[in-house]
Amino acid sequence: MTKLEQVFPLQAQRVHEVCGAGAFSFAAMACGQVDATILWLQSGWQTEQLNPTGLTQFVSPKKLVMVHADTHKDLLACSEDGLRSGAVSLVICEVTQKLDLTAGRRLQLAAEEGGSTGILIIPEGAGSNATQTRWHCSPIFEGGHTSNKNLTLQDWQLIKNKSGTLTNWKVYWDAKTHRVIVVSEDGK
Amino acid sequence: MQRRIVSLWFPRMASDRILRANPISAPFAVTSHEKNTERLYCLNRQALRLGLVPGMGLSDARALCPELLTQPSDLHADDRFLKLLARWADRYCPWVGFDGHDGLLLDVTGSTHFFESEADLLADIHERLTSYQLNVRSGLAETIGAAWAMSHFSKGVIQAGQLKTALSPLPVAALRLDDETCATLQRLGLRTIGDVLAIPRATLGRRFGLPLMRRIDQALGDQPEQINPASPEMSYAARLSFPDPIGLYDDVMAGLERLLNRICEKLKTQEMGTRILLITCQRVDQASVQVELRLARPMREAASILPLFERSLREIDAGFGIDQIRLKALTIEPLPLKQLEASSTPEKKNDALSDLITRLGSRIGLEKIKCFQPAESHIPERSFTVSPAAYCEPEGQWYSKTSRPLRLFPPETIGGSERSPPSTFNWRRMKFSIANATGPERICPEWWMDDPNWRSGLRDYWRVETTEGRRLWLFFTPQNPAWYVQGEFA
Repeated sequence: MTKLEQVFPLQAQRVHEVCGAGAFSFAAMACGQVDATILWLQSGWQTEQLNPTGLTQFVSPKKLVMVHADTHKDLLACSEDGLRSGAVSLVICEVTQKLDLTAGRRLQLAAEEGGSTGILIIPEGAGSNATQTRWHCSPIFEGGHTSNKNLTLQDWQLIKNKSGTLTNWKVYWDAKTHRVIVVSEDGK
Repeated sequence: MQRRIVSLWFPRMASDRILRANPISAPFAVTSHEKNTERLYCLNRQALRLGLVPGMGLSDARALCPELLTQPSDLHADDRFLKLLARWADRYCPWVGFDGHDGLLLDVTGSTHFFESEADLLADIHERLTSYQLNVRSGLAETIGAAWAMSHFSKGVIQAGQLKTALSPLPVAALRLDDETCATLQRLGLRTIGDVLAIPRATLGRRFGLPLMRRIDQALGDQPEQINPASPEMSYAARLSFPDPIGLYDDVMAGLERLLNRICEKLKTQEMGTRILLITCQRVDQASVQVELRLARPMREAASILPLFERSLREIDAGFGIDQIRLKALTIEPLPLKQLEASSTPEKKNDALSDLITRLGSRIGLEKIKCFQPAESHIPERSFTVSPAAYCEPEGQWYSKTSRPLRLFPPETIGGSERSPPSTFNWRRMKFSIANATGPERICPEWWMDDPNWRSGLRDYWRVETTEGRRLWLFFTPQNPAWYVQGEFA
């Protein structure tokens, strides 16, 4: 059975996909694992924005470079440039359309060349077969009633893995140690 | 060393400039529009001979001389022309200043020995300028005031030590006085500079005050006066013409490399860096293609700039071939030399990031690549600012707030008008029931800033946990009762 340490922090020089309501938390937690600059790409027309004040518990917003591309093509082209340059260690791209195999493979090759990791935040079921891993993340209700509990409990399902089995984890983010803590593990 | 100053006066510069381009052998005048009438501003020799004078109304002039040709004045073009002349005057000395809008002052100290005599120097200036169809008057003396007096009211050279004798016969206006003082002096019977100098200084000072005294002292060299030379305009541009038109990408790249090397060398000696580069490709069919490259940081290394051009150069349509390439650095910024540090790794990384920003910028525009800056505001949307990453460094202190959501969106209404959070609600066609709600956190609109989104008054924010799992940021507006969703937590 795959352990979380084997797949997260995400394998470098690869592109990964994540979907579901908790996809942004997943991306933010992945940001928290890296030390260098992060390139975050989104479409310019999107009204939903990343809130840097909320991001501070995961990663310092200083490390982020935001790119607002006008078209889907530009978005993918910029991601490819970012992955290939090697100047950033993590490229996060909010994709809003279905990715075909060519696009996925191109990004994969760019990541291999530049030695950086890519995360594509995709709508559900819109991924490409070229991805290394695909995750489905959703926030879960923790129960109990305390005002200062850590509200980051997530259910992470590994729904595609090129080098291992599929597993489920319940995790939360520890802001003090900057780590993802596994609550429970169950195989599938 | 004795100072030697040349004063050049172009008494008919405006008309000379126009007539140089279109020679006319007829009365010609440049007119300017002042106080709602057209007045003659500058006349050529034939017009002057007919009795027309500058300042005369255009309709009067037409009555006197019906065949008069006119053209409106263009002061900016005149200034540009004078600038050209100043550059031309560099051949006589490096220190050239402007004298009003129609004159130049040259500090020829130490450069007169290139000519047999100072008179020869003036003769050379006259000969060259006359061959350019310009009317010029000149004077050479050891002070600016005396040279000016000679060029405007006499001509020639004042030898060293003969200032007083040479200036004495000139009218008082040669002291660069305003009209009022001149008129008063004339009314008192003081017609020449010699007359003025004969009066005791104390008397003159009491009657006319400081300006007259200063002008006299400046003319006689008792008080220093400086020429302010125009700062040299550095232009960072290079051009390459080809004997045969080129069209291949590699050829254009090779040409560009040569141009870039030339510009970068110049930038290096001046300790400057460029931010914007413009390539103009002149095609055989007279059309031209322009490509602009905006850099994310000032640069001057040809080897690192060249690869950044790759993408935009591929988009050039060469048509039947490119005749000429011109490269110009449009924006220049100081880029001082830096000492290399032993641990230069972090610096290098930043350069790579800037290159990436440039590369992305050439694709989607440099202003679309942004970074976050913290801002001092309680309003969630204004607690940060987004600014172009190429022009600012990420700075400032971020404070970790777990009570702020990870995602923000424009408020989406979910209905309800109760003060306490609704137990169930619909949002984005999903049904949610609230398990825990933490709040309220009251945020007031900033009265000093009129934000249309905050017209609904103050807001009570609640952090809400739903049994479905999603953790949302809701707010209630007590002044216009309604519930909204504005953000989602991790």
